[in-house]
Amino acid sequence: MENTLHDETTLKQNTLLGADELVINMGPQHPSTHGVLRVKLKLDGERVIGSECVIGYLHRGVEKIAENRSYQQFAPYVDRMDYVAAVSNGLGYCEAVEKLLNVEAPPRARVIRTILTELQRMASHLLWLGTHALDIGALTPLFYCMREREEILKIFEKYCGARLTTHAFRIGGLQYESYDTFEKDVERFCRDFERRIQEYVDLLTGNSIWIGRTRNVGVLSGADCIALGVSGPVLRASGVQWDVRKATPYAAYDQYKFEIPVGANGDTYDRYMVRMEEMRQSRLICLQAIENIPAGPILGKVGKVLKPAPGEIYHSIEAPKGILGFYIVSDGGTQPYRVRIRPPSFINLQAFNKMVRGHLVADVVAIIGTLDIVLGEVDR
Amino acid sequence: MADESKAPQSPDNPKPDASGTSTAPPEAPKSAAAPPTPTAPKPPSPPPPKPPAVLQVPLDNDLTQRYRGRFGPAIFDALEDRKQPYLVIDARQLTEIARYTRDEEKFDLLEDYTAVDWPRREKRFDLVAILYSFAYNTRLRLKIPLAANEAAASLVPVWPVANWLEREIFDMFGIRFTGHPDLKRILLPEDWRGHPLRKDYDILKQDDAWVRENLGIESAQ
Repeated sequence: MENTLHDETTLKQNTLLGADELVINMGPQHPSTHGVLRVKLKLDGERVIGSECVIGYLHRGVEKIAENRSYQQFAPYVDRMDYVAAVSNGLGYCEAVEKLLNVEAPPRARVIRTILTELQRMASHLLWLGTHALDIGALTPLFYCMREREEILKIFEKYCGARLTTHAFRIGGLQYESYDTFEKDVERFCRDFERRIQEYVDLLTGNSIWIGRTRNVGVLSGADCIALGVSGPVLRASGVQWDVRKATPYAAYDQYKFEIPVGANGDTYDRYMVRMEEMRQSRLICLQAIENIPAGPILGKVGKVLKPAPGEIYHSIEAPKGILGFYIVSDGGTQPYRVRIRPPSFINLQAFNKMVRGHLVADVVAIIGTLDIVLGEVDR
Repeated sequence: MADESKAPQSPDNPKPDASGTSTAPPEAPKSAAAPPTPTAPKPPSPPPPKPPAVLQVPLDNDLTQRYRGRFGPAIFDALEDRKQPYLVIDARQLTEIARYTRDEEKFDLLEDYTAVDWPRREKRFDLVAILYSFAYNTRLRLKIPLAANEAAASLVPVWPVANWLEREIFDMFGIRFTGHPDLKRILLPEDWRGHPLRKDYDILKQDDAWVRENLGIESAQ
């Protein structure tokens, strides 16, 4: 197991190409790489026999910036990592700093955080579904998915004025109280969404082209996933029933009933099914949460100047793409001494080389799509 | 320039204007304001500074005893910070401890692997491995202090996920890993000079030569 998981070196070592072998570049400017991912593919005819990901085109030095900003000043920067799931990033960072400060967000803030984060999960999965289907050749789902995602973004806009890089949460709770029709909007969306999901299912789940393009493509076993640190829906599609929301609950997840969907084969089709079911579960969490949003303050007792006691903390959440972890070291000053962000996309992408080997060039696009990476988070 | 900036600070060389006219008038209001102060109630003396809460407490449980029993002096310290346990271990025994951690203690997921730079410490770097056990639903951190030019054994044979994580540490801190299958930069360009997450690398610093040569501009700032 230990030697087969990494074959990046084969590209370098076997410089002598066979008669049918070819090395091609895919990206960084390629629409199906979902950003600026460059993949070097070694091909034998149409078949991929080796690959190497070249990343870093979007590197902005987020962790270095963190060391030069105060704790509050850095909060908007985390939105720019996984920019299609900014709310989840904000939740992870705010909770990590709260743990470091040893404060807790009030119950009302935690419930509203949970609702917004689950809406964000649905929005992120919708964008994934639309673009993934588009990559494989199904054009229609993209328009449907964008239509629903728009409704979620409208709720964000009404809540905090921003649609994408929301900076919705503050360290210690929330800055904004929920607006008047918040519950009604969320409920209307969730009620509607059940029917909408059925539309995607009708379009894709039984579609023979979809099945042909996704079944047995990019198979990962559960053991491979754990060895390669793969998390999130990709891990669950490989049959590992594990979710940070259940294993170490944060926000208000311990109050709600939801299932962790798992797949059996760990292929692209299973990952599709897992994410579809996750959207249904997120919808159920939102419906449960809006029934009873506790009254009370939305911001805990947090000073204007944050000076956490020297020490360190690690906190991780289940972002739409996998484990999003924050390891923060404080030296007692107003700025973090070190912030390490564990990006799910970066670590999931490492499994790409394993998944792509032996497949056709056309499947490369499906495998990039099924990993659901965001290059802003891969490169940071 | 140097003389001018020094002049106002030196007390034996005051400017003639300032000593003659301006010093006397401020004295008067001061003395007028002085009498009320003794009668006014004393401001409440600031509360005695609280002793800083010690958040790092020594850890002594079954887990640490097993580690100490097996590796003895290679376990430098076992601590708990904000209820999160970590072990400080000897870099020379990293591979053995890592294998034991994965196989016997069932920490099968290397969740994250990173480094922290402490330039004023004797051992400059801390490698930090964040581990998760699916079997027991617990986390553990291993801290591996490293001197400036010391290399660590690669964890890729134990947790394959370490491949890209070690490349990132090498890229950002310049720490080398022996036995890594392909140790090269991952986020920065391969011919970039410097390791940006070291504390002596200023946030505005960049590899000017690289920027000039490859981007065709004087500065990327």
